[in-house]
Amino acid sequence: MKFSGKAHKFGADVDTDAIIPARYLNTFDPAELARHCMEDADAEFPNKVKAGDIIVADKNFGCGSSREHAPIAIKGAGVSCVIASSFARIFYRNSINIGLLKPGGSLIASSARTLRFMSTPATFRPCTILL
Amino acid sequence: MGMTISQKILAYHAGLDFVEAGELINCKLDIVLGNDVTAPVAISEFNKLGLSEVFDQEKIVLVPDHFTPNKDIKSAEQCKIVRDFAKAYKIKHYFEIGQMGIEHCLLPEQGLVLPGDLIIGADSHTCTYGALGAFATGVGSTDMAAGMATGEAWFKVPESIKFIYYGKLPPWVGGKDLILYTIGDIGVDGARYMSMEFTGEVIKNLSIDNRFTMANMAIEAGGKNGIIEADEISLDYVNKRARRDYKLFQSDADASYYELREYDVSKLEPVVAFPHLPENARPVSEAVDISLDQVVIGSCTNGRIEDLAVAASLMKGKRVHPEIRTIILPGTQQIYLEAMQKGYIQTFIEAGAVVSTPTCGPCLGGHMGILAKGERALATTNRNFVGRMGHPQSEVYLSSPAVAAASAIKGKITPPWEI
Repeated sequence: MKFSGKAHKFGADVDTDAIIPARYLNTFDPAELARHCMEDADAEFPNKVKAGDIIVADKNFGCGSSREHAPIAIKGAGVSCVIASSFARIFYRNSINIGLLKPGGSLIASSARTLRFMSTPATFRPCTILL
Repeated sequence: MGMTISQKILAYHAGLDFVEAGELINCKLDIVLGNDVTAPVAISEFNKLGLSEVFDQEKIVLVPDHFTPNKDIKSAEQCKIVRDFAKAYKIKHYFEIGQMGIEHCLLPEQGLVLPGDLIIGADSHTCTYGALGAFATGVGSTDMAAGMATGEAWFKVPESIKFIYYGKLPPWVGGKDLILYTIGDIGVDGARYMSMEFTGEVIKNLSIDNRFTMANMAIEAGGKNGIIEADEISLDYVNKRARRDYKLFQSDADASYYELREYDVSKLEPVVAFPHLPENARPVSEAVDISLDQVVIGSCTNGRIEDLAVAASLMKGKRVHPEIRTIILPGTQQIYLEAMQKGYIQTFIEAGAVVSTPTCGPCLGGHMGILAKGERALATTNRNFVGRMGHPQSEVYLSSPAVAAASAIKGKITPPWEI
């Protein structure tokens, strides 16, 4: 399985409030949630993310609340693949439940691969992931 | 080999004699919970199944508490989805405005969650009920939908970390300080996927409200659940409320743990968690003189009667600092009423604080106390993530009700003994 897109890099412990702030939880429309995806971590993310893009992050991605709106927002933004050193439990389970994790695996917990990627200076660059 | 209390509860609900960590099992659920943010998504999924009824009308609990009383039109629409669903499917435990409270204060108070229960809730702080010796864990809306349809959920049996607290708790130090200190020690992913079992002489003597606070924040260390074996203190609380039978479980002496962590609490100071993670826990003495704009006392973490009692004892006859907006949120209508009967509400109002109807409100930046850019709050809530209480450039510090009340009076972070 191959994913091609720009990779958007985030740090450790990206919480679900950063993925989709609670001020937008008065709806669960994927398109509307996508317009605010990752907004509190990177205000420009909703504008620059393109279909097929990839999120790369350090440990414990998706920690915090149980809001299924978080993977819905990421999926709604067209992100094809999330790679992190590790994932928080409820976010991971929700991602499988809503189909952010597709057959073959678009949600990957991989320390070695992530650390290699995180050590490069670019925060936003073209990337191809082969699974 | 023996089992931990968490393993035993899961095994019992799976109809198995023995389970071990890592095993995938299917369990029968005692309670399935949702709120006005998560239940609408679950109801949308449930409706796709085309079922004419839920698995059990008495085992589903719906509590519109996050953005209620409805803060805007969209929130009103979401609450209406929940209300209409509750009516259509004859959900017994739907809590309308007037009866409702913050879900994790409300369910134990109403006797809906009991020792030995297996509970899923579409809210991460569902782990609160572990304080009663139940296995309770947060899930997303799809799992809630499946739970409402089938009364079952699959689980990966977690490993457990045993936390042993010993020594004598110093004055003004309680459950909030213990859990913040613990999260500070192991980090926000220190118990990821694991069960946090709180034990030791300190826990044995801890009041039920302080136990709720500790179990509530297990998720802030990544825990799947937090749990305290039921004893005289919790059973005294439970037996006044239970309307059905329950079953007690204890960890075996030879149960296997991922790790044991021991803490001598004798020299523990009240703890303050600095922005923007609960793991940034420091003694209050390292936080003194940090100026504030707002103090929030309430939430599913610290909105119970004992929390309000501590805050009122410090505010009695005092005024909050004129530049501090102090917001008190009793956890339930019952707690609100009891606080009124005991004179706490009058104390708060005379001190210059506002008292709100029960709601999650500002804790998650919903309403009833949102921060502007550059503002700083001290809150007895559970999360201090970026933008948690409002503007992404605002800051939240976390503490106990005692530190929060003292700080409201002084206008800056202050140890309670200075009042």
